[in-house]
Amino acid sequence: MLETALIDWSRAQFALTACYHWVFVPLTLGLAIVMAVMETIYVIKKDEFWKNTAKFWMKLFGINFAVGIATGIILEFEFGTNFSNYSWFVGDIFGAPLAIEGIIAFFIEATFVAVMFFGWDKVGKKFHLASTWLTGIGAAISAIWILVANSWMQHPVGMEFNPDTVRHEMVDFWAVALNPVAVSKFFHSWFSGWMTGSIFVIGVSCWYLLKKRQTRFAISSISVASIVGIIGTFAVMLSGDSSGVHVAKYQPMKLAAAEGLEDGGPRSPFSIVPGIEIPGMLSILATHDIDGYVPGINDLLYGYVDSDGVEHPSAEVKIYKGKTALKAFRAYRKLKDTNPQAAEKVREVLDENMDCFGYGYINSPEELVPNVPLIYWSFRIMVGLGSFLLLLMVVVLFFSLKGKIQNMKWLQWIALLSIPLVYLAGQAGWVVAEAGRQPWAIEGLLPVNAAVSSLSVGAVQTTFFIFVAVFTLFLAIELRILFKAIVKGPETTDNE
Amino acid sequence: MSIKAKIASVANFYIQGFREMTWGRELWVLIILKLVILFLVLRLFFFKPVLAGQTEEQKSDFVGERLTEQITDN
Repeated sequence: MLETALIDWSRAQFALTACYHWVFVPLTLGLAIVMAVMETIYVIKKDEFWKNTAKFWMKLFGINFAVGIATGIILEFEFGTNFSNYSWFVGDIFGAPLAIEGIIAFFIEATFVAVMFFGWDKVGKKFHLASTWLTGIGAAISAIWILVANSWMQHPVGMEFNPDTVRHEMVDFWAVALNPVAVSKFFHSWFSGWMTGSIFVIGVSCWYLLKKRQTRFAISSISVASIVGIIGTFAVMLSGDSSGVHVAKYQPMKLAAAEGLEDGGPRSPFSIVPGIEIPGMLSILATHDIDGYVPGINDLLYGYVDSDGVEHPSAEVKIYKGKTALKAFRAYRKLKDTNPQAAEKVREVLDENMDCFGYGYINSPEELVPNVPLIYWSFRIMVGLGSFLLLLMVVVLFFSLKGKIQNMKWLQWIALLSIPLVYLAGQAGWVVAEAGRQPWAIEGLLPVNAAVSSLSVGAVQTTFFIFVAVFTLFLAIELRILFKAIVKGPETTDNE
Repeated sequence: MSIKAKIASVANFYIQGFREMTWGRELWVLIILKLVILFLVLRLFFFKPVLAGQTEEQKSDFVGERLTEQITDN
C-alpha cells in the first residue's frame, strides 16, 4: 500500500508545476491577439505609431514567452517519474496529442516567432503581419492538443483496454481529438488568455497614465485591449456554460462539489455564496432545463433515480464492480499463458466491469468526494473576478473612447492593481478543473493512488523544493526584465 | 532561386536576426540556462523515468504488478 504522504506530495508537485506553467501561457495566448490586432491597424492605416505600439507589446510577449518556454516539459518529466503507472496505462492515448503539440509548437513558433522578431523591415508588411497572427494561432494550436490530453483524463473516450499490454489503446483518434470536453475546455482556456492579455495591457497602460507618459500610446492600447478582452470574456462565459453542461454529464461529483450540493434533484438552486441561492438556476446551468436533475454528493454516493426514471448506482455498487474488474484482471494475467480458455472467461468479466475499473482502488465511498470548500470557493473566485474584470474593461473602454481616462487616477489604479486578479481567476479555474476531479487521475478508470510511482517521499519532497527555488528564481528574473522593459517604454514619443 | 539558395537565405535570415538582437540576448541566455537546468540537471539526476530501459513486455509486467498489488480480496 502506498503511503498517503507519497500520493499527496506527488499531487502537490504536479499542482505546483502546472500552476507555474499557467502563469505564462495565458499571457502568451492573449497578448498574441492584442499585438496582432495592433499590427493589423498599422498595416491598414500605415501609421508608424501603431507599428511602434505593436512592437512594444511584442517585446513584452517575447519576454513572457522566453521565460515560459519549457515550463510545460517539467510536467512530462513528472509523468515518467512520479506517475509511471499512469503514463504506461494511458501513454498510447496521451502520447499522441503531446507529440503533436511538441511538433507544432516547435515548427510553427520557431518559424513565425523568428519572422515576427527578426523580420521587421526585412519581409513585406503583409507577410510580417501574417507571421504575427500565425504566432498566436500556433500558440492556440499547441493549447488545443494539451487540452485534448487533459480532457481525455476528465472524460476518457476513443480507447479500449488491452490487458495483455496493460494499456489503454486508442481505437478512435477523432473521438479523442473532438471530445466535447476538449472543445469547450480549449475555447474556455484560450479566451481566458484573451482576458489575461487584455487586463495586462490595460494595467500596464494605466501605469503610463499614472506616470503621465506616452498618453496616446496608453489610451490606444487600452482601447484595443479592452475590446479584445470584452469579446474574450463573453466567449469565456459561453464556453464556460458549455463546460458546465459537460461537467454535469461526465463529472457530476465535480459539479456537486463546486456547488457544495449535498442533496440534489430537479430545480436545484445555484449557490452564490453560502446562504444566498437562486432557485432552479443550477438545473438551468447544468442541464439547460429548470426541471433537470442535478445529483448532489449524497445522491452520487448512495444512488438515485433521476427525473427520467433512470437508476444511477451507488458508489458501493461501482466499487464492487471495480474490485470485480481488478480481480478479473489479476486472474487474467496469471492464466493467460497457462490456461488460455480460463483466461478468456475472466477476460469477459473484466470487459463487463471495465467502466468501473478505477473504483476497484477505492475503499470507501467518501474517498470519491473531492475537497468541497476548495472547489466551491475557487469557482466563486473565478466567476466573481471574471465578472469584475468584464465590468472594468467596459468602464475603461467607455472612458478611453470619451477621452477622459487620462484624468481618472482612481480608475488607473484599479486597472493596474487588477493585473494579479486576472491571474488569480485563471488559477482558480484550474483548481476547480483539477482538484474537482480528485481522486481521479483518469475519471472512473484510475485514481491518483494507483497512478503514482513507488518512489520515496523524500525524493518527491526534494524535487518539490527544487522546483520552488528554481521557479521563484525564474519568475523573479522575468518580472525584473519585464519591469525594465516597461519602465523603458515604447518607442513612441511622449506626446503620443 | 534554387533550393540551396533558398535554404541559405533562410539560414542567413536567422543568423542576421540573432546577430542584431539587443534586448533579446538576455532572454536567450535565460532560455539556455533554463534548458541546461531542466535537461542536464533535473532530468538527468532527479527525473529518471521509472520504466526507462525496459522492454515493452517488461513495462507491461511491471505496471501490471503495480496495479494489481493494491487489490484487496474483501
